[in-house]
Amino acid sequence: MFAYIIRRCLATIPVMAIVALFVFSLLYIAPGDPAAVIAGDQATPADVERIRASLGLDRPFLVRFGEWVFRIIQGDLGVSIFTNLPVTRMIAQRIEPTLSLMVVTLILAVTIAVPMGVIAAWKSGSWIDRAVMGFAVLGFSVPVFVVGYLLAYWFALELDWFPVQGYTPFERGFGPWISNLVLPAIALGGVYIALIARITRATMLEVLQQDYIRTARAKGANQATMLFVHALKNAAVPIVTVIGIGVALLIGGAVVTESVFAIPGLGRLTVDAILRRDYPVIQGVILMFSFVYVLVNLLIDLSYTLFDPRIRY
Amino acid sequence: MSTSLQPPRASVPEGVAVAAPLPDIMQPKVARKGFLGYLLRHPTIAFGGFLLLVMFCVAIFAPFLFTKDPTALAPVMRTRDPSAAHWFGTDMLGRDVYSRVLYGTRVSLMVGFGVAFCASVIGLTIGLVSGMVRWADSIIMRVMDGLMSIPSILLAIALMALTRGSVGNVILAITIAEIPRVSRLVRGVVLSLREQPYVDAAIACGTRTPVIIWRHILPNTLAPMTVQATYICASAMITEAILSFIGAGTPPIIPSWGNIMAEGRALWQVKPYIVFFPALFLSITVLAVNLLGDGLRDSLDPRLAKRV
Repeated sequence: MFAYIIRRCLATIPVMAIVALFVFSLLYIAPGDPAAVIAGDQATPADVERIRASLGLDRPFLVRFGEWVFRIIQGDLGVSIFTNLPVTRMIAQRIEPTLSLMVVTLILAVTIAVPMGVIAAWKSGSWIDRAVMGFAVLGFSVPVFVVGYLLAYWFALELDWFPVQGYTPFERGFGPWISNLVLPAIALGGVYIALIARITRATMLEVLQQDYIRTARAKGANQATMLFVHALKNAAVPIVTVIGIGVALLIGGAVVTESVFAIPGLGRLTVDAILRRDYPVIQGVILMFSFVYVLVNLLIDLSYTLFDPRIRY
Repeated sequence: MSTSLQPPRASVPEGVAVAAPLPDIMQPKVARKGFLGYLLRHPTIAFGGFLLLVMFCVAIFAPFLFTKDPTALAPVMRTRDPSAAHWFGTDMLGRDVYSRVLYGTRVSLMVGFGVAFCASVIGLTIGLVSGMVRWADSIIMRVMDGLMSIPSILLAIALMALTRGSVGNVILAITIAEIPRVSRLVRGVVLSLREQPYVDAAIACGTRTPVIIWRHILPNTLAPMTVQATYICASAMITEAILSFIGAGTPPIIPSWGNIMAEGRALWQVKPYIVFFPALFLSITVLAVNLLGDGLRDSLDPRLAKRV
């Protein structure tokens, strides 16, 4: 078991190396010459060449890549071209809203989608099942920002139940914090709910045909116990896997949701960085999101033994 | 003894009971043949295909559907509500939203189908090589694992940051972001096909590998590939709208649904229709493609249809 955890952790290193190589190439092939920018308009070609040498920009690709990776391991993501602040500090300033949004969405989506899928499988073929499947198709089809604007229009502008836009830090209290996150979380959760509900239904349909479910029925087990204890526990591995894969959807969707609801998080940081072509910030954000995604899926891989004791490493 | 429904047959000896034949309660199903019959058996394909066809017609015949020049500015006519002259109203530069939305259909369909085609062809090639050539497999799949761990929208955003915004670059960026998933899928199918007896038989006959791929492997990957291509098309349309919406997609001068929504964003609290109409068109088109994909999946792979 312990050996497996070590092996599985080591297996993420080549993946992160590919990500790092891609992200580094991004800056390497980005248009614009940093040395020429720093030298200014009056500089002679010799000046530009001297600045390039002093920045180390004239050395081979792999040498620069190696140094860059070495700095990142030490926690140095470089300095923003636009604000001159360290990228790590800019990310740290913006991480709370994004993290809050993603955690609230995750909890909301799982608590809605899993029961939806379970009930659809239990009543398979009925109108409930068809309604859930119809909702899933809609969830995949209506983009995040469309749901976001519709929700904001009805529940914030017309009904005035929630604030229209913005974000309140958690330290100002749970109430204001959550009221700002409800609508964005529902908008962001749409695709995620559809994905989880669909896979839950499919796995549960298979599990419900097993002998031990018939046994549970025969001994007169409570329906709810049978569904949510006997069956759901055995369907857990694919469901948990898809929850992990879906985190990529959450990350991509957060970028848009934060724009719609004017939440000052990492998504907004990304959008601003793109518009200003602030490559160090773009690199830093992509690296961090990919790292989180790889980490989440690593933890999920390792959690399989909790759900299925037959899996031994 | 025999029942009154049917007299005993002559060959049956005396005293032997013969059960009456069952009445025809269940009429044998007569499946309608041809294209129409296929559509009747798969209503999702019919419905999704019909919606998509309508969208294609809108894209092709946009100039003839009572539209005006989608880029013509009319500052006097700024932000008018929908009316007889401007069916979907006008935006903050006085441009006709109805015309812009209709012309935007072209961009979305071009990006959706362009990405679906490019990603399928490239992904199919990479997947076939990876599935058939053992030494290349581990290298290719490590690279794909790496690319897959970058959320696809972020990957597309990053690539767009490198280039100027244009429809071609948007297609390229989204294609690159979709390739890992496609090659993964194709590789999985190829790996299972490679163990089939008919492939063994072909190898035993001395068939060369390229011929095996062309004749025995490739045709069997096309069904799952077609289904995957429709889903790619749907997600590419959404990604294009997202890229344009955050200002990293098609250049603002081209009317695309994402651009129209991005321009309406500042005014959405007072003039929601500028955002609403392109959003509606986008949702309907993506829904049509998704329905088509679900229908194709059910019809091409009945085994999978029962599970998912």
